[in-house]
Amino acid sequence: MTDFLLELLSEEIPARMQGKARADLEKLFAEQLVAAGLKAQSLQTYSTPRRLALIARGLPETTQAVSEELKGPPADAPEAAVEGFLRKAGLTRDALETREVKGRATLFAVINKPGRATADVLADAIPAIIRAFPWPKSMRWGTASQTTESLRWVRPLQGIIALLGGYVVPCEIDGLVAGNTTVGHRFHHKGPVTISGVEDYASVLRAAHVIVDHDERAAIIRDGAAKAASEAGFVLVEDEGLVVENAGLTEWPVPLLGRYDPAFLEVPPEVIQLTNRINQKYFVVRDAAGALAPAFVCTANISAHDGGKAIVAGNEKVLAARLSDAAHFWEQDQWHHDPVTRERKERRTLEEHALKLSNIVFHEKLGTVADKVERVAKLARWLVEEGIVTTRSPAKAGAQESGSASHSGLRLTPENGSVSLADLAEQAARLCKADLVTEMVGEFPELQGLMGGYYAAKEGLDPQVAAAIRDHYKPVGQGDDVPTAPVTVAVSLADKLDTIAAFFFEDMPPTGSRDPFALRRAALGVLTTIAANGLRLHLQQVLTLAIAYHGKRIGAAGADLVRAYRAAKEAAGLAFTKADEAEARAAFIDNVLSDEAKSQLIISRVRPAVSSILDFFADRLKVQQREAGVRHDLIDAVFALGGEDDLVRLLARVHALQAFVETGEGGNLLAGYKRAANILKKEMPSPLQGRGGSREAAEGEGQSPTSEHSPLPTLSPEGERAYGLEPAEDALISALDGAEPLAIAAIEAEDFEGAMAALAVLRAPIDAFFDDVTVNDPDPAKRTARLGLLARFRAAVHRVADFSKIEG
Amino acid sequence: MSEQSLSFQDMILTLHSFWSRHGCLILQPYDMPMGAGTFHTATTLRALGPEPWNAAFVQPCRRPTDGRYGENPNRLQHYYQYQVILKPSPGDIQQLYLDSLTAIGVDPLLHDIRFVEDDWESPTLGAWGLGWEVWCDGMEVTQFTYFQQMGGFDCKPVAGELTYGLERLAMYIQGKDSVYDLDFNGQGVTYGDVFLENEKQMSAWNFEVANTESLFDAFRKAVAECENCLEAKLPIPAYEQAIQASHVFNLLQARGVISVAERQAYMGRVRDLAKGSCEAWVEKKGWAA
Repeated sequence: MTDFLLELLSEEIPARMQGKARADLEKLFAEQLVAAGLKAQSLQTYSTPRRLALIARGLPETTQAVSEELKGPPADAPEAAVEGFLRKAGLTRDALETREVKGRATLFAVINKPGRATADVLADAIPAIIRAFPWPKSMRWGTASQTTESLRWVRPLQGIIALLGGYVVPCEIDGLVAGNTTVGHRFHHKGPVTISGVEDYASVLRAAHVIVDHDERAAIIRDGAAKAASEAGFVLVEDEGLVVENAGLTEWPVPLLGRYDPAFLEVPPEVIQLTNRINQKYFVVRDAAGALAPAFVCTANISAHDGGKAIVAGNEKVLAARLSDAAHFWEQDQWHHDPVTRERKERRTLEEHALKLSNIVFHEKLGTVADKVERVAKLARWLVEEGIVTTRSPAKAGAQESGSASHSGLRLTPENGSVSLADLAEQAARLCKADLVTEMVGEFPELQGLMGGYYAAKEGLDPQVAAAIRDHYKPVGQGDDVPTAPVTVAVSLADKLDTIAAFFFEDMPPTGSRDPFALRRAALGVLTTIAANGLRLHLQQVLTLAIAYHGKRIGAAGADLVRAYRAAKEAAGLAFTKADEAEARAAFIDNVLSDEAKSQLIISRVRPAVSSILDFFADRLKVQQREAGVRHDLIDAVFALGGEDDLVRLLARVHALQAFVETGEGGNLLAGYKRAANILKKEMPSPLQGRGGSREAAEGEGQSPTSEHSPLPTLSPEGERAYGLEPAEDALISALDGAEPLAIAAIEAEDFEGAMAALAVLRAPIDAFFDDVTVNDPDPAKRTARLGLLARFRAAVHRVADFSKIEG
Repeated sequence: MSEQSLSFQDMILTLHSFWSRHGCLILQPYDMPMGAGTFHTATTLRALGPEPWNAAFVQPCRRPTDGRYGENPNRLQHYYQYQVILKPSPGDIQQLYLDSLTAIGVDPLLHDIRFVEDDWESPTLGAWGLGWEVWCDGMEVTQFTYFQQMGGFDCKPVAGELTYGLERLAMYIQGKDSVYDLDFNGQGVTYGDVFLENEKQMSAWNFEVANTESLFDAFRKAVAECENCLEAKLPIPAYEQAIQASHVFNLLQARGVISVAERQAYMGRVRDLAKGSCEAWVEKKGWAA
């Protein structure tokens, strides 16, 4: 057994790439071992900004010897065949053996592959790993880059250590020869560093001021930063991302505490933290009370001979300049100033900022951000006025309340009583994008929303409006807070629904892995917000409205209307000219075409868009619910009923269904259902199709048929009485008579557990029916009646879900 | 930093002497307004083709939108870059660069020098490269790039480009908080004495006074002239017109007369000119494909 050390020395590897590079190195190395039939007892990888290293312990000295036997042609085969075999085997004629196979002399080649020295395997593997390395971005460099075929690496590769059991593995790549030397710290150590093997690699480098182990550097930074903060009487704000990043930027990390002017603390803490974190990779600290304190921790890469004083002073100056910029934006975004005296004049309001949104294109086909804001404002108001978003407590917004948009108690007013919720929602929507044109958000795009919230509060707007501006992008991802404040919910939903509606209307849905407008995330946000707040709304209705708000603008300029104008002119026997086309967009549309015609044209594009959005939501819902442990087949089973676009009700039904089918009762009912459905599928099509009463067609229409109206008139219950009912038949009929009204009533009350429980009583009768009754009776009257009974049973089950979609 | 820190001009002279010793031609600035030293033909055009090329020069840079009427301590509409271009990139280019910092008075065991990932891309020049921004105690003092493509062509061989921000570096070395307080010559003249009035007047002109009709006209003329030169197979004059168009576009931006929607179209126009010039250059030199 032996050990192997590989170090790939290069110029500085981006910090963010080092973690994956370690994993890739291990994976590629392991693959090379497997291909050679080798296995190491352990593999360990390390990285610093300048090196990627791998240590393999417990490697065999050689690969296993392998003996391979090849069967050749008969001994008396033509010369050409024998020569072909010799070429294939790589042997000469006298090395072949002759053996009897089924009474015939046959040639055999025995190829003994002796064990290969592991060093030889590695000599081939190392260049192969380097050439195959999957850097996210790689480059060429130096004299070799005369050709684009030259070696690529993340930054110029400077050296290779390859030591097997202390001996250099002889290999080279593009003129770079593997050896046993590397370099130490860029500034603390001059000259080459010689490594003798796996055992002294880390210690020799440590003596040269390089800590090879990234985890150890991370620990030094984590602990050192916390210590530097506490020694100054502060508490470090932990940030593991920054720990890892700084560990990837240093070979000899030295955390140092610096300070900044407390006057900067008037700027929001998020801004200060981002300035520190993103621009400078510094940690921030808090005081004992938990407030941001005017100090930071930076991580140097040297033990400076003045103990770091100059480094701290330099970093303090840079941070001060950065914070001055931030303070300048904070001031400029809120106040007008006298151009000469620089004194504050009047406040710069969000409303004023919002005026500039008409200069920002949201998307070339979808107009400006100002256009978007206009639509979002209308939709947010509508969501409140329709009673979909109210001030009631979200937790209590249960299924028992009416989901329809009744107009009772709609204009609920907040506590201050003066402004309606609808007005607040509209106001928040009109201002929610205003911070996009502020200098602060220009500098830190990730502060969108948050800055608007701060400016709104400073301006003295209603706190609900400020909160809505701040939070309307939420939820941004899995695990993000979901809005619950009514004004926020209205704006957040309106914004996302508008975006989804707009892009689908203009035929730009996400495709495959491409979702450039993050519509999937928006849809997920809509779904979680609706579910978390128990909002009762019909998606179809809301989406149609959202698209209609678009259509008024886009449709009016669209080709559909020009075509309509052309048709109108041609119908009147007039020529349609180029000038007409331009005029069409302006004059005709507004004056000649009736509002109704306009809406008709829009509607012709609205329906397909709404329907594809609903499918899109269904897919998103499945993805989301799968993660929440809900079976996708149950969602399909409920969707298959059709016409259900009230998410709260839909989910209640799915959840009840899951609880039900996972009980023994439900599972058995499902088994009975499947049996019934199979018989119906087999028996029904031929005799019944000609009569135009296909059950499938009736199902396709969706909504649950009522019990009075049997789906199969030819199999009406009356027919059943034409012969003596068997007890099991009779019992099933009675059970259905009892269960159906109960199930219907429960569903109407949105008590899906109740509906399932009502249906559960069918389990025993359907089992008994299958045990005791022959469906396929020679008497056609009986057969027809029994098939009808099974169809009735199936229809009854379909009241809660299409069980045919349920797996298992 | 210290009493004997270099003046602004001595810093430049020291860099000149350093890079001259290391085999660079010491060139003078390109005599046209441009947004970055990378526009200099000694960088852009010389980055193309197989011929070795080592040059160093100071390039004044014009960034009209960065003007602050002389009120901001480190934002200027006109400032200096020190450019070094080394083709092919030498194996010890990082060490050479660090030695040049030592030469102008940065002690790497007193100050924290770091190479932080920063890839470079110029859509206008159809160019990209990988490299770093070099930090000194947390301040970016140099852009360090290995050019991979220029004008849409692979660089064969790759050139290394170093762009020092001279004013930042000088503020750092001299320990000054405002660019205008920099010691220019070691004999009492400050950077402000030389440039403060320029910044005030040029900011006013860039933002408020420049005649936009003339600028639009200048843009059109530069485009037309570039095309004229390309037709005549004269890549260098064509490229100069691309530089001109780019600068006029920057002025129009500062005047705030180009809408967001138009902006892309203008940038695309400039890119076509610059790329067209590079193509013509490659063709003229017989390096095509």
